Amino acid sequence: MTFTRRLLLSAALIFATGPAFAETAVKIGVLNDRSGIYTDLSGEGSVIAARMAVEDFGAAAKGIKVEIISADHQNKPDIASSIARKWYDQDGVDLIVDVPTSSAAFAVSDITREKKKVFINSGAGSADLTGAKCSPNTIHWTYDTWALAKGTGGAMVAAGNKKWFFITADYAFGHSLEKDTAAVVKAAGGEVVGSVRHPFPGTDFSSYLLQAQSSGAQVIGLANAGGDTVNTIKQAAEFGITQAGQSLAGLLIFITDIHALGLKTAQGLVLTESFYWDLNDETRAWSARFAAQHGGKEPTMVHAGVYSGVLHYLKSVEATGGKDSAAVIASMKSMPTSDPLFGKGSVREDGRKIHDMYLFKVKAPAASKGPWDYYEKLATIPAAEAFRPIADGGCPLLK
Amino acid sequence: MFELLGIPPQALFGQLLLGLINGSFYALLSLGLAVIFGLLNIINFAHGAQYMMGAFLAWMLMTYFGIGYWWALLLVPIAVGASGVVIERLMISRLYHLDHLYGLLLTFGLALIIQGLFRNQYGVSGLPYTIPAELSGGTNLGFMFLPNYRGWVVLASLVVCLGTWFTIEKTKLGAYLRAATENPTLVGAFGINVPRMITLTYGFGVGLAALAGVLAAPIYSVNPNMGADLIIVVFAVVVIGGMGSILGAIVTGFGLGIIEGLTRVFYPEGSAVVIFVIMALVLLVKPAGLFGRTV
Amino acid sequence: MTVANTETHPVTLPADLRISTPRHHVVIFAGLLGLLLVAPFVLYPVFLMKVLCFALFASALNLLLGYGGLLSFGHAAFFGSASYVAAHAAKVWGLTPELAILLGTGAGAVLGLGIGALAIRRQGIYFAMVTLAFAQMVFFFALQVPFTGGEDGIQAVPRGKLFGLVDLSNDLTLYFVVLLIVFGGLLLIYRIVHSPFGQVLKAIRDNEPRSVSLGYKVNRYKLAVFVMSATLAGLAGATKAIVFQLASLTDVYWTMSGEVVLMTLIGGMGTIFGPLVGAAVIVTMQNYFAGFGAWVTILQGIVFVVTVLLFREGIIGVIARWTKKAL
Repeated sequence: MTFTRRLLLSAALIFATGPAFAETAVKIGVLNDRSGIYTDLSGEGSVIAARMAVEDFGAAAKGIKVEIISADHQNKPDIASSIARKWYDQDGVDLIVDVPTSSAAFAVSDITREKKKVFINSGAGSADLTGAKCSPNTIHWTYDTWALAKGTGGAMVAAGNKKWFFITADYAFGHSLEKDTAAVVKAAGGEVVGSVRHPFPGTDFSSYLLQAQSSGAQVIGLANAGGDTVNTIKQAAEFGITQAGQSLAGLLIFITDIHALGLKTAQGLVLTESFYWDLNDETRAWSARFAAQHGGKEPTMVHAGVYSGVLHYLKSVEATGGKDSAAVIASMKSMPTSDPLFGKGSVREDGRKIHDMYLFKVKAPAASKGPWDYYEKLATIPAAEAFRPIADGGCPLLK
Repeated sequence: MFELLGIPPQALFGQLLLGLINGSFYALLSLGLAVIFGLLNIINFAHGAQYMMGAFLAWMLMTYFGIGYWWALLLVPIAVGASGVVIERLMISRLYHLDHLYGLLLTFGLALIIQGLFRNQYGVSGLPYTIPAELSGGTNLGFMFLPNYRGWVVLASLVVCLGTWFTIEKTKLGAYLRAATENPTLVGAFGINVPRMITLTYGFGVGLAALAGVLAAPIYSVNPNMGADLIIVVFAVVVIGGMGSILGAIVTGFGLGIIEGLTRVFYPEGSAVVIFVIMALVLLVKPAGLFGRTV
Repeated sequence: MTVANTETHPVTLPADLRISTPRHHVVIFAGLLGLLLVAPFVLYPVFLMKVLCFALFASALNLLLGYGGLLSFGHAAFFGSASYVAAHAAKVWGLTPELAILLGTGAGAVLGLGIGALAIRRQGIYFAMVTLAFAQMVFFFALQVPFTGGEDGIQAVPRGKLFGLVDLSNDLTLYFVVLLIVFGGLLLIYRIVHSPFGQVLKAIRDNEPRSVSLGYKVNRYKLAVFVMSATLAGLAGATKAIVFQLASLTDVYWTMSGEVVLMTLIGGMGTIFGPLVGAAVIVTMQNYFAGFGAWVTILQGIVFVVTVLLFREGIIGVIARWTKKAL
């Protein structure tokens, strides 16, 4: 679809709906993990973030009635797809947000496209969401595996850690994480000295850590996620891997994982995120409001992404004067994004949201002033470099 | 650091030792299953959940009451074992006159409930449990750095396994137990309270699972799903070993741990299935299991 | 097997003795068909199709468990593998849905033959453990081989055109196709159970040594029913893959095996209509409690425990006892 046609379409819709503007009712479905491994980084917090976005936007005063519903997809694509289908078919949902776990995100993306609705993903990692499997109805908001690989891989090689060894979860997601990071490492002049694939999910990683140790690598890249990453880091501490001089690089790890591990075990770990509550005054103020509603827990970047995405969606609903998906998405892609959490940014034609990323190092227990004071910022990766160039993604929409 | 040319002997020793550590958990768990099966003729599907409860209880004692590892090692198996006694009295004992499959189904249901409750309460991200100060650090064995705690796990598991074997095979109490397995009516006629013995045996088997849980807590993250997948592997171990002898359960447990450890070096992709492949082979060659009595 | 338990009946069942089709069965099947023809105009068709697929899956397990007396705790392996093969055939090879489903069903049958040949070497609880372990092996296999897509599964499977003619993207059209498949499967199971083969099966279930002494090749019968059950489970899985346009790890995981056992158990083992009712109850429960996270698991566990302790005949079993009719 060309841009002009989209403009025409949105224009036509404005005329068609015109006066109905004052009565737009929008239904947002927050679909994420509410019982599994990603509960802490998404879960109820994302619902709170979505609600805060509606409040801050002042939807009620602008004549937009917003209703938020939520459900648990248990990180399974089959459950995610059946909930999404039901939401669109029966419950009149217009927008689905969050959806951690890439497999579930793909399922929701497919259905959203079929039903011609809007999907703003904050929780899932796979860069394919805006690459080979991109969709005109999907916007990928917060981060992706390519950006994490770029941040962590690029920065560590630049700091002189050239020899890498990967401990990879043996399934599609782990493989792609390893592949992306290895490409970044090699491009930056580093070298991959070996890798080992462990069954997923695993419990005992000592054997792989031992292999990593004897490989002579400077960095052990953890191309796994969730409980596997947490266990690998724990066992690395037990076997004295980091004390012996090797660094661990988490390729998909969140602040809630660090919280669960404790600083004693996690210290020194290098990782990339797009948001940290303690970045600046605005993020601190927002996070304080969030924590007050979320039992004192600070927000993750996924929560921040849900807030930012919903806010931008509502702005586009206001701008187009209706909730027609094609018009709203066209507006979301043409209007620059701006919010207190990610600053200024934009949404690319392939659905990729662009903003700065940050490289963090986990503090030593002595350097931390209290709970949730975990990160020390090592570098900012500017928006222009942080994400995969649009031409490299192979998104079939760009023709 | 030395170069890796194939697999140097040092690395091999290291991996063998790691396999032995995993094997200790297999041995403890399959021993508990074997003891319960021996007397109750029930496959305790809740074994994995009870192992998980052991780890969680250790964590709770530490977090809520400040009770440390060593006390947990003693208290947790007793507490979880007691919960097992209650379950046996209230539920399992009602099923003895029925087909054994019902016992399997019941304990499967119990496993779902226990895991679900812990998942609701604590999530699945895993909770940290630190290694006790006395056992932190490690020893350099020359070929590898062995964390002291892992050494302790192997030792503790060996002692418990052999102790159980000795009690059942060599003591008077064990003789009663074995006799009750063969012919409960006759043993009852000699004035031994067989139902109570059955109850306590279930409690003991469950206690063994809980003990394994406490031992696992500092190594693996304490997580509601930690027992769910493990128990299926242990089932395979049990099928391979056959339920015939206590010693068989112990030897198979340790042996398969080592085999799995070696697979991790030579063909890591296959390490998840190697035990199941061995199970298929054993079924072809010796359907009753390596140590099982023939059909 | 050393455990001698001739005095305990393997699975207690209402006796269905007559080999001719009882009249009330015809009435129930007709009523059921009528109900299912009207249902999609009242209820959400996608939900109904899920119930139908699981009804067939549970009935397939019931053929093995209820009539063969063999508890398989690994039926997800057949269900899931078939759903992967069907999804792959429809998506990558571009086959029409009926061919994809046929191919998936075939995969279930082949796998059933392989696993069955090994598993029937053990009995009772060992049989359950062996099937569970093999299913876990299939799960790891599905997780690692590239064609299943690992965690992602095979997504966006086209529903395609039946025989290249009838477009199935409409939920209602697809519903009637699924109804045809599932109802056909159920009638087939009914036929098997009430054939001479089925009678021998029940004889083996009730007293294996006696059947052996009567000269029946018990293991051949067991293997045959195992393969039939696996094939029908495959049919259910393949159909599900086309309906939901998705084949995922959930379909091969051991919880799926547990769920289908639960459906059979609560509906009534060894009854024709029990698994249907069980599937409807459990799928509705999952649907209703989907938003409550782990409560679904807890509730399923409670249903398991309560059914085993107090309610072993299952819903249909109880009704059968009240009406004094085999159902």
